[in-house]
Amino acid sequence: MTIALRGGLVVGIQGVERVDVLIDNEVVVKVGANLSGDVNIDADGCHIFPGFVDLHAHLREPGREDCETIATASRAGAKGGYTALIAMPNTDPAHDSVTVIEFVREQARRAGLLDVFPSGCITMGRRGEALAPLGDLCAAGVRLFTDDGSGVQDPVLMGRAMQYAKSLGVTMAQHCEVSALTQGAVMNECACSSDMGVPGWPSIAEELMVQRDIELSRSTGASVHFLHLSTARSVELVREAKAQGLHVSAEVTPHHLSLTEELLTTFDPVYKVNPPLRSMNDIRALKAGLLDGTIDAVATDHAPHARRDKELPLDQAPPGMIGLETALGVVLSSVDLDPNQIAAVMSRNPARIAQITQTHGRNIVPGDAANLCVVDLEAMWQVNPSTLASKSKNTPFVGRQLRGMVRNTMFRGELTVRDGVAQK
Amino acid sequence: MKHLRSISELGSEGLHRILQLTENMAEINSRPVPKVPALRGKTVVSLFFEDSTRTRLSFETAAKRLSAETMTFSVSTSSVNKGESLRDTIETITDMGVHAFVVRHKSVGVPWQIAQWTNASIVNAGDGAHQHPTQALVDCYTVREALGTKDLSGIHLTIVGDIKHSRVARSNIQAFSMLGAKITLVAPPTLLPVNVDHWPVTVSNDLDSVLDKTDVLYMLRLQSERMAQGLVPSLHEYSTRFGLDDERVAKLPSRSVVMHPGPMNRGVEMLIDPSEIPNSLIHRQVTNGVSVRMAVLFDLLSAEELS
Repeated sequence: MTIALRGGLVVGIQGVERVDVLIDNEVVVKVGANLSGDVNIDADGCHIFPGFVDLHAHLREPGREDCETIATASRAGAKGGYTALIAMPNTDPAHDSVTVIEFVREQARRAGLLDVFPSGCITMGRRGEALAPLGDLCAAGVRLFTDDGSGVQDPVLMGRAMQYAKSLGVTMAQHCEVSALTQGAVMNECACSSDMGVPGWPSIAEELMVQRDIELSRSTGASVHFLHLSTARSVELVREAKAQGLHVSAEVTPHHLSLTEELLTTFDPVYKVNPPLRSMNDIRALKAGLLDGTIDAVATDHAPHARRDKELPLDQAPPGMIGLETALGVVLSSVDLDPNQIAAVMSRNPARIAQITQTHGRNIVPGDAANLCVVDLEAMWQVNPSTLASKSKNTPFVGRQLRGMVRNTMFRGELTVRDGVAQK
Repeated sequence: MKHLRSISELGSEGLHRILQLTENMAEINSRPVPKVPALRGKTVVSLFFEDSTRTRLSFETAAKRLSAETMTFSVSTSSVNKGESLRDTIETITDMGVHAFVVRHKSVGVPWQIAQWTNASIVNAGDGAHQHPTQALVDCYTVREALGTKDLSGIHLTIVGDIKHSRVARSNIQAFSMLGAKITLVAPPTLLPVNVDHWPVTVSNDLDSVLDKTDVLYMLRLQSERMAQGLVPSLHEYSTRFGLDDERVAKLPSRSVVMHPGPMNRGVEMLIDPSEIPNSLIHRQVTNGVSVRMAVLFDLLSAEELS
């Protein structure tokens, strides 16, 4: 069966071109004028992007299948235009063995909605005490390592992890948080946290670790990726490191580009997230960093939590919010990105960082796997929790009008989303 | 007024209204039989997830003097110990037909969260280090009574101690500011919140330098936990620099008053026996606590005029 995407604006590295795309089986077979297939999809007025790649998704399986499964997260991802997710390792058990990595991949294969690339733990059980089997995990295909949710506190251990990373050609992705500075924190340390009498996550808790790992990258030559940057000073540090030619990359979440600390004054744990929502000044710096390339990628930090967990008091509720289905809309509603920049931050750059450019983040050309999405950049839509595919509904964007709607997503030539509706 | 959860929610108008109403309640409390039927048929639940002596007993006394039914929820003997969630607990008690929850919880914001799960009024009896509005009402009322004036504009209030972790300080700063008082905070820098410069206060690290300009000296409790956290080098150093002893009492102007919300840490912030302080209001604070809480419950639960 062949599928033709007709009348869309194909976003490639050389620019945007109005051409039809013909897909046969799993691959793009032809790009040109007046193509038609067994199925014809009208993409008039829409942009066609390489499928989005999320560097940062918590799938909760294995361990918390009541919050999310690999299948439900895959469906949510497909609705958000994603064809690849990097699965974070803080499952139960954690991604510190080849067995768990293979289990995650197998569950993703069964769901068949997108590619899931499991990240590996840096340390056993993410406890920050002993290195995980980095070589074994690398041999099993893992290219991105992180203890996400916790930063690796011990500089000696992190230095050793970086030495391994250098020799294996993999990337260490750090959740930057000096935990001694964030005990009991529920929100950004700011005027609001002082009024509320709650402990805050100070910006410096993030920046100190960004700085440390820049220096570790300098001394070891290893690649380091900074997860979910949230402060203005962090952006500056990464900008300086890049100017010095160091192998560093960084991501930002849609919520850190759009929401500020004041929301916590409602005491609603839906706004509790780690790193915390920061100030307008930080948002400005993050946007500038995304626009000038200091920040390579948008990553969701999709973090599903059961309602009963998010109904706990603010200090007990777990941090995190879902994001796969709203990422593009939130980003486009917050930052003025042109189609080429969207392709870069949502697909090409994250694919490069995750080392999955064989199948993702590519130009849409004949011979390549058909992983792509069709997006109406001008369409407005409202976030309605009852239509979200994610098993958990902990989004702070309920009721928001967002710009940019994913019409269709295609994974290996199959339409996983058609006219905004998940197909399986 | 539906809820009393913070002084800012109460607002200046509400603050004056409650203080006025407290005078009426104080009059009731001076009667031989201090009981009126104002809240007959109303049920007030005290829901204390944290320990309390004064606040809990004064709320329960207040409710009874207004003829409300009272229910006491004790965490240690409740289904919370069987893992029942806060939401389920609130919804269960609400189903029994209650009109007000008086809630104290160690977590900031709980009175706001609870309000989503019940139609009853919520009175915040302390949420973490955030707010303790009835204590601030008690303190404002007590100062007005002691100074014999309703006008507190320009009086100098000095609050000493662990401001950072104090809900009493946060509520009092808001309330006394609304009444026009000039507020000075005295604490080591580690016990002040970050961004304290956003508050309508001046800050000092030297207690002795502010005593002679102080009309109301408000001592806060220092929990020994703060030393374990390394926020003060030692309790001895803290008492030397910030404790109230007879020399410091002697430095106060003669008409100045001394307050403490209790419970006191004798030997830490209170080096002098309160009975030896000429103008101590500590007992008046407790006594007025009942009148203030009667005023609050009446304001929340009664649509009728007080007869």
